[in-house]
Amino acid sequence: MADHLLEVRNLSVEFHTVMGVVKAVRNISYHLDRGETLAILGESGSGKSVSSSAIMNLIDMPPGRISSGEILLDGVDLLTMPTHKRREVNGRRIAMIFQDPLSHLNPVYTVGWQIREALTTHGTGNTEAQAEALRLLTRVGIPDPEKSLDKYPHEFSGGQRQRVMIAMALALRPDLLIADEPTTALDVTVQAEVLALLEELQQETGMAVLIITHDLGVVAEIADRVVVMEKGELVEAGTVRDVYKNPQHPYTRKLIAAAPGKGKMHSPAARGAPVLSVRDVRKHYGSFEALKGISFDLMPGETMAVVGESGSGKSTLARILLRLDEPDSGSALWKGRDLFQLSPAELYKLRRDLQMVFQDPTQSLNPRMTVYQLISEAWVIHPDILPKAKWRERVAELLVQVGLGPEHMGRYPHQFSGGQRQRIAIARALALEPQLIICDEAVSALDVSVQAQVIALLDKLRKDMGIAFIFIAHDLPVVRDFADHVMVMQKGNVVELGTVREVFEAPRQDYTRALLAAGLDPDPDVQAANRAARLECAS
Amino acid sequence: MTLQTTDTAILQEPTFAVRMARMLWADKFALCAAIFLITVLILAIVGPSWLGDLATKQNLRGRNAAPFEWERGWVWWMGADALGRPLFARIIVATQNTLMVAAGAVAISAIVGTTLGLIAGFSSERVNQVIMRLADVIMSFPSLLIAVIVLYVLGSSILNLMLVLSITRIPVYLRTTRAEVLEIRERMFVQAARVMGASSKRILFRHILPVVLPTLTTLATLDFAYVMLAESALSFLGIGIQPPEITWGLMISQGRQYLTNAWWLSFWPGLAIILTTMSLNLLSNWMRIALDPVQRWRLEMKGRKNG
Repeated sequence: MADHLLEVRNLSVEFHTVMGVVKAVRNISYHLDRGETLAILGESGSGKSVSSSAIMNLIDMPPGRISSGEILLDGVDLLTMPTHKRREVNGRRIAMIFQDPLSHLNPVYTVGWQIREALTTHGTGNTEAQAEALRLLTRVGIPDPEKSLDKYPHEFSGGQRQRVMIAMALALRPDLLIADEPTTALDVTVQAEVLALLEELQQETGMAVLIITHDLGVVAEIADRVVVMEKGELVEAGTVRDVYKNPQHPYTRKLIAAAPGKGKMHSPAARGAPVLSVRDVRKHYGSFEALKGISFDLMPGETMAVVGESGSGKSTLARILLRLDEPDSGSALWKGRDLFQLSPAELYKLRRDLQMVFQDPTQSLNPRMTVYQLISEAWVIHPDILPKAKWRERVAELLVQVGLGPEHMGRYPHQFSGGQRQRIAIARALALEPQLIICDEAVSALDVSVQAQVIALLDKLRKDMGIAFIFIAHDLPVVRDFADHVMVMQKGNVVELGTVREVFEAPRQDYTRALLAAGLDPDPDVQAANRAARLECAS
Repeated sequence: MTLQTTDTAILQEPTFAVRMARMLWADKFALCAAIFLITVLILAIVGPSWLGDLATKQNLRGRNAAPFEWERGWVWWMGADALGRPLFARIIVATQNTLMVAAGAVAISAIVGTTLGLIAGFSSERVNQVIMRLADVIMSFPSLLIAVIVLYVLGSSILNLMLVLSITRIPVYLRTTRAEVLEIRERMFVQAARVMGASSKRILFRHILPVVLPTLTTLATLDFAYVMLAESALSFLGIGIQPPEITWGLMISQGRQYLTNAWWLSFWPGLAIILTTMSLNLLSNWMRIALDPVQRWRLEMKGRKNG
């Protein structure tokens, strides 16, 4: 048994909170060998990060407490080890990279200084550390590594920062690298690059990688074995292929079924008169051109998906259509009237027709208002929609429509889960009886299974009420089952615009193809084929 | 708030007032503070008419009489001042003036400062600049100097004193409010309200102000103590409240020359100031939690455990 590099046995961790004891992790066991990649898969609140925090000694005690179990590194229990020895292990033998590299790199020191620090605290000389830092930055593929040593974290892009984090983690040639959602904050194409880098480095150094993720695609791409966690319990373990092809536990089955991109694609009906037609919209901030002439038509009751990576201008477009920002030029005809020429009074009337659902419902719902107040605010602002006597009844109706109950009316947003909050936000948008809802990354912050539910809800609303949607996403698979037309954006330009079938099955542009190839498929076999295709593209 | 009451009523939950009372009961410190403040308020109302004569009657034989002489009447338990007037009675009588000046000054500065701060944070760059530079002017002026000039020109009265003290404190509220508004107005829920077509007024008062308010109440309670002491400094210079009118601040400065041989002259009014501001602080702290739906469970949980 001591052959395993890392072995977690019967680990239980609990947190003492005012609400009582919360068992974050219950009796979980897994092991990891040299050169192997193990993925811990779970949704938010499943406790997937807690066990790795225990390995790194990052759990605050109290309120946390490791109530049972042992964590063996080469047969030595980390939990009973004296503190000074434990510190030796961290960094030197086990290193960790985090989801958001910007918040885990110190903003006031240069990147070179931070890598050197990792080396010098563990006893490397200054000149050697300098040379080693340079070598590492070169290795992780940072352009112009010598100059980059003297740059600060904010001067790098998200993907580059993650590379810097990897360089820091690898500085001491650890035996085990723990990666906690390393690519969640990155664009798909960058994600593929970072994962490929991790894999290369693993082959080079023979280290073991423990990757924590909520994304089946990441698992399929990089992991050898996977353990699935639900509510603090380990429900399934096995090789990636076995778990995907032959899931035993109902929760795993649910997760796999929820992965987007498997349903039937829409075939939009014949064209009529567009409800919204956007022509040549331009916007620049200083010398940065956010939108370089966007044009498209939207039919009534149709869904237009706008897909692009960060910085492609898709959110700017949404803000401009809602007049949260003013465009430099262009027009947007809504039922024959130009949105950009409306006076404030006309704009106020128009707000009823155009609504928006934001990315993060935690932030888009005022935390000090009850659900009833949140939804009925629409009628306070537009009193002619509904007489006050009927508000309560209608709020209840809307809540039922989005899959909540009337009893939720008196509660506050923080008492709901992320998916429920997004439903409240949708109910609020529906309160104004709009004809177009713009969803800005409306499901990106949600767990996969919740994502599927919210998308199904939106699709139902579209069918039942004939609402048109502009659905903004950074991820292509998410929009596959839902969109009628897809518009791919890159750096402020429309790269490709077509029906969903055209874009997915016969992409005309290289960028679209790259996006499709970079998207990770949950099926390990499909993913392996994708990777081969991608390598072929590159070579 | 009316909305909230109807909400809870329909859900067969206790009404807003009952809930607040329960939460106050759960926090014993805040409960004591509330009781103390109510007592002080009552004394402020009835004090002058009840003990006014006793507090101003001189008794030169009892000059600087020591405290804790239980055989004398209760008004003498805290001792007597340099003219032999009972300190306990004087403190009670002084409550009215003190609270009026302090509460008035704090209220004026908080309301004016917050309003200007909201305007500065939410309107055009030019308006913002004008308001902020105005605040800078006030900040860069020694506050005591303004007070001396204004009171010298206008003559000293309680109203003028309130105005002068509040002017010097306006920038504190203004800057805090503006900074918070600038941050909050970029939050998603404000954007969401704008998409719904909410007017600027509604966004300011319904969405932004409730988030800023807890910070401001904390600031205001801290300012309460500052204003009481500033008022005593003005009285000391001879331009604030003048004898025979009394305030706690004035009593402290009158007792200062006797500090070495009769400490109680300054001690008791000082204690009154400390207890009042501390109670305000505890109560505002409780209020911050009780009015925040995200934090409220802390108090409700505690109440259940104790009950």
